[in-house]
Amino acid sequence: MLQILRTRLHQGHRTTRFPLELPTLPDRYRGRPGIDPSRCPEDCRACVESCPTQAISVDGGLELDLGRCLFCTECVDACPEGAVRYTHDHRLAASRRADLVLSGGELKLAQRMADDLHRILGRALHLREVCAGSCNACDLDTNVLNTVGWDLSRFGIQFVASPRHADGLVVTGAISRNMHAALLSTYEAVPKPRIVIAVGACAISGGPFAGSPEVNNGVEGVLPVDLYVPGCPPHPLTILDGLLRLIGRMPPVAG
Amino acid sequence: MDIAAIPSIPPETFASHVVAGRGRGGRLAHLFGRRVSVDTVRLYALLACDSASRFEVCSSDVQRTASGGTSGPAYPSMTPHWPAAQALEREIAEQFGVHPLGHPWLKPLRYHASDDGTPAPWGPFDPARAIPGNCEFYRVEGEEVHEVAVGPVHAGVIEPGHFRFQCHGEEVLHLEIMLGYQHRGAERLLLHPNAARSAIVAETIAGDASIGHATAYCAALEALAGAKVSLRSAAIRGIALELERLANHVGDLGALCTDVAFLPCSAYLGRLRGEYLNLTLEICGNRFGRNLLRPGGVRFDIPAASAERLRKRLEALQRETLEVLDLMFSQSSVLARFEGVGVLTEEQADEIGMVGPAARACGCRRDVRCDHPHGIFQFSHIPIAVETTGDVYARAVVRRLEVQRSLEFLLEWLGNIPSGNTFSRPGAMKPSAMAFGVSETWRGEAMYVAFSDEAGRLAFVKAKDPSIHNWFGLALALRGMAISDFPVCNKSFNLSYAGHDL
Repeated sequence: MLQILRTRLHQGHRTTRFPLELPTLPDRYRGRPGIDPSRCPEDCRACVESCPTQAISVDGGLELDLGRCLFCTECVDACPEGAVRYTHDHRLAASRRADLVLSGGELKLAQRMADDLHRILGRALHLREVCAGSCNACDLDTNVLNTVGWDLSRFGIQFVASPRHADGLVVTGAISRNMHAALLSTYEAVPKPRIVIAVGACAISGGPFAGSPEVNNGVEGVLPVDLYVPGCPPHPLTILDGLLRLIGRMPPVAG
Repeated sequence: MDIAAIPSIPPETFASHVVAGRGRGGRLAHLFGRRVSVDTVRLYALLACDSASRFEVCSSDVQRTASGGTSGPAYPSMTPHWPAAQALEREIAEQFGVHPLGHPWLKPLRYHASDDGTPAPWGPFDPARAIPGNCEFYRVEGEEVHEVAVGPVHAGVIEPGHFRFQCHGEEVLHLEIMLGYQHRGAERLLLHPNAARSAIVAETIAGDASIGHATAYCAALEALAGAKVSLRSAAIRGIALELERLANHVGDLGALCTDVAFLPCSAYLGRLRGEYLNLTLEICGNRFGRNLLRPGGVRFDIPAASAERLRKRLEALQRETLEVLDLMFSQSSVLARFEGVGVLTEEQADEIGMVGPAARACGCRRDVRCDHPHGIFQFSHIPIAVETTGDVYARAVVRRLEVQRSLEFLLEWLGNIPSGNTFSRPGAMKPSAMAFGVSETWRGEAMYVAFSDEAGRLAFVKAKDPSIHNWFGLALALRGMAISDFPVCNKSFNLSYAGHDL
């Protein structure tokens, strides 16, 4: 017993103060890519050709699709002019698929869910996670929100075992053919009104597995999506930021 | 090595030839097929002779006409003589429609179509039935016997798989595990024309073992090009690999505490896992080590100031982690739930070809870092952590020992990273060659086998996650246990669904 108490004392209080304060992220953390189309030399396609997932296009101006982006460094290394770089900004979640395409301006961040939905789900959101062809990293960094470091339940959000107890699904993975039916049944088992959150590049666009005949290139066309959280995998901070925006719990101070 | 130098065995005697290697101390490290022509599938077997630090490889051409009938290509199965081959032979049957004659439990492994539409021995692929769990399961009959089916969607935030228990009351008589839900067709993408994409696919075959997979993947491609990476790159790879091991072992030990309701350690270790991931984030900008390794070296250096900062943080983490683990292993309520649960013998582990901490917990002394020293492990010998009881307790103890040793390794090397460059692009690949790379991921041996064509282009890459060897071990460990012991047994292995399913 004494040993338990002593260890408890040494462990201290570890829950982040987010969203009131932003945890420090290391210098090399790769947040939202920042693009500067004005630096693009004419007819240069270096970034387009280097990108492993065709997330970048230059026809009609430099555009970067966060839904496809794996946050690797190929384009940054390929660009001779520094038109693509990574910022420290962890805020990436968006409400609409089209909002994930960066073209130099501000990223339109996720909006609070509609009022009628918010009345029902805004203060107590229970989610069922369905992993459907992921590598497990998105699942792990979603699950990490349940640790004492993040303490997700203080926001009224909880992961539940049964879809019948859930208000919505968190979907990870590229939607493998073999999980397609199970994903649909799980969705059907969630009582209405229900929401769907796509976490990670795989769930949004197929990620590294896009184009494989064994997957559906993400949840698009399978289920309607209410929140997109890009990343490979997204940092827990990015996922939490998205969830809090969705339920309207993001105080204006933290942006 | 030169593909032409690989001994070719007639298909009739291939199985007995490979099984004979077992008598020489061989372990079946891999067995896979590769289509070499419209009518021919070449089988490759890689035997690891761990005590002699040596691998043996042989091949056999199985032809469509070989069986002389309409039943497609076939060869005598090795599974009846060496159960370690059971999943690997099912994979070959599923990918190419090659029939391992006499395989005792021939059924789909992942549920997908074969490469050219040749029907598998159990029948053609039917996309309408495309649910891996929709197949025959071994059944125990009896008045009071009942069946419990779990998955693919489980209670927690975890990967999908289907578990079929045959129970008598609480007691599990038999467990059969059917996976394939995570099948993404990853192997084909390893030949993507964008080299970075292929490397990323290798990193995401099992995303919690990105560094382990990338280490083996890079080693295979570098060997094919005859390239050597600098000592500095090798050290940084080793540092990242041990950080990955720490994060996962610490996290799993915490999850084991959750499963036996010892919540203090569950909370502390869950948080500490994140601290180790954050160290990897500091090195390469991603918590799972993505984009750190590429054939030719590493993409991120660890400058001296950063190494010193990491070392200081690790020293503090070492104190915290070891204190929490001391607490965990001194609780009789924890130990009582670990001891004697999910027991596997050394003989069983050997028979089914288990690897990694789960094998070491049964007394099998095998660890790629020591048996086949490569990279930085040629210069730093991490002692193999072994236990003998083969239960949840043993698997937890092995992981605890590995946590301690990885910490010592890291503290030593972070203070002493050799100088040198961090990246030099490998040259052209040798033509018509085969090369492989292995690494001891936190779950055990990952392996990549790469082949080049006559023009020196990458022609085929075979990936292996250690989980494919160990899932059968989990099923065996449950025999005679209470079904309520499943979560703690499962977590003590914590195998990869995605790595198995590819």
